[in-house]
Amino acid sequence: MSTISREEVAHLARLARLEVTDDELDAFAGQLDVILESMKTLAEVNTDGVQPTSHAVPLVNVFREDQPQPSLPREDVLAGGPDTAEDRFRVPRILDEEA
Amino acid sequence: MTKLNDYDKAVETYEPVLGLETHIELDTHTKMFCGCSTVFGAEPNTQTCPVCLALPGALPVANKAAIEATIKIGLALNCHIAEWTRFARKNYFYPDMPKNFQTSQYEEPLCENGYVDVVVDGKEYRIEIERVHLEEDTGKTLHVGGATGRIHGATESLVDYNRAGIPLVEIVTRPVPGTGALAPEVARAYTAELRDIVRSLGVSDVRMEQGSLRCDVNLSLNLPGEEWGTRTETKNVNSLRSVERAVRYEVRRQSALLDAGERIFQETRHFQETTGETRAGRSKEEATDYRYFPEPDLAVMEPSREWVEELRAGLPELPRKRRERLQAEWALGDKEMQSVVNADAVELIQATVDAGTSPSGAVKWWLGELSRRANESGEELAALAITPKQVAELQGMVDDGRLNDKLARQVIDGVLAGEGDPADVAAKRGLEVVSDTGALEAAVDEAIAANPAVADKIRGGTHAAAGVLIGAVMKATKGQADAGTVRQIILDKLS
Repeated sequence: MSTISREEVAHLARLARLEVTDDELDAFAGQLDVILESMKTLAEVNTDGVQPTSHAVPLVNVFREDQPQPSLPREDVLAGGPDTAEDRFRVPRILDEEA
Repeated sequence: MTKLNDYDKAVETYEPVLGLETHIELDTHTKMFCGCSTVFGAEPNTQTCPVCLALPGALPVANKAAIEATIKIGLALNCHIAEWTRFARKNYFYPDMPKNFQTSQYEEPLCENGYVDVVVDGKEYRIEIERVHLEEDTGKTLHVGGATGRIHGATESLVDYNRAGIPLVEIVTRPVPGTGALAPEVARAYTAELRDIVRSLGVSDVRMEQGSLRCDVNLSLNLPGEEWGTRTETKNVNSLRSVERAVRYEVRRQSALLDAGERIFQETRHFQETTGETRAGRSKEEATDYRYFPEPDLAVMEPSREWVEELRAGLPELPRKRRERLQAEWALGDKEMQSVVNADAVELIQATVDAGTSPSGAVKWWLGELSRRANESGEELAALAITPKQVAELQGMVDDGRLNDKLARQVIDGVLAGEGDPADVAAKRGLEVVSDTGALEAAVDEAIAANPAVADKIRGGTHAAAGVLIGAVMKATKGQADAGTVRQIILDKLS
């Protein structure tokens, strides 16, 4: 029995904007299950009093001074987008969002 | 058609619980995680780089000035500054962020557990601050093809990423119960106080009309003694007046639904500036699944206690203290000062005084005639088309005897209509007090001739009767005479 359901996989795929077929849903549910099972091993370790790690290197307080640096030329910036208009990136209209 | 209850009736039955989320754009020179300039109004997409466009391999580095500004805000709001804090990714797909996530903070905000005290109607309310965290602003989308430039009806959207990555501070209150009928006024007072605090720190220009301070208003209703209700979140609330109106509208709307036995959905609504309504937006269920995780590209932060204390020691005089000082300097009573604060007139009066007017003169105009005009047109006082300098000039003309109060009000008409500074308006409209005593004496003679019985009374010692003659002279001079001077001429002639 999978700990992750087809519905959950479908939901995750939707959140990640991935198109997944019905067959793939079953396949991925099974594969994700294996991954989750393996990760459970880690949950057995006692981590009381251990600070969470977000970095592989023990760096803290890496800051930058508030000094402006040159930006990219606009032609180069816009060249990276699929479509532009009026010096802006053109994107399909956004549905079902704010009124 | 949305059914709305009468507000007073609604708050007799239900108890509102408020919650406020405020976003403040910091005025650092550069963005949060890259060196791109933040200058407002630049040509579209001229202030972007690999970091804020999220090109592969680009690495963000946090702006120290933004961290300091946020700590200062936290300190001014009586918060605890975290010993250990980090950024997190908030994942969502929306073209306003090229990264497909927003760098924000999740479980470890920079500042927590503070408060702001505000006074409404003589009563103090403590608004508890849950958290103050740092994130980045989004790009600006222009919706094309719709009738009004809004998303509704748009056929496509155009995106400018100049704003994407500008440091944004989010300040979240805990739920605020117990405000009763005054919920709208408390929400407004809190927003105004927060704005004034941040402005005093000099870390943002906090201009609501330009979007550098943006407000989301949460509101729920419950019956007395029962659990808190389901809340709605109203976005797009962009003036102090709108904060008040949005709360009022939601109280009226939600109470009508509850009266009808319907339930309130937890949803995002949008405030409509023109009508004062709130309208349903996207449903929340899908949107809240942001799958936050710690940002691996940024180092954690451990603000040292020395650094925090250094910033605390450098805090300026905060608004509450400043108001106490100004109240003493202006010699105002508590009630009068409260009116000044409620009218959002502290800065305007201070600027007028700085321009050379007596405090009483400045207070008189801003709380009197100008407040009345602002109320009539449904505007904020500061939005009126008259500057503190112009008010000072106006009062100067009154002090010099060139204008009386009645003429000054006509001059205000002209200034508000864009006819220029007070002196220009007075000249163009011919609104100076008649100081030609020859002309005044002639007008007085005419008035005496036209009112012989009144003149006799005054000759007989009843000076109070002079009012009738003064009125006649004022009428004859179209109000352009100084009443005191006229009175003196009348009494001289009739004694």
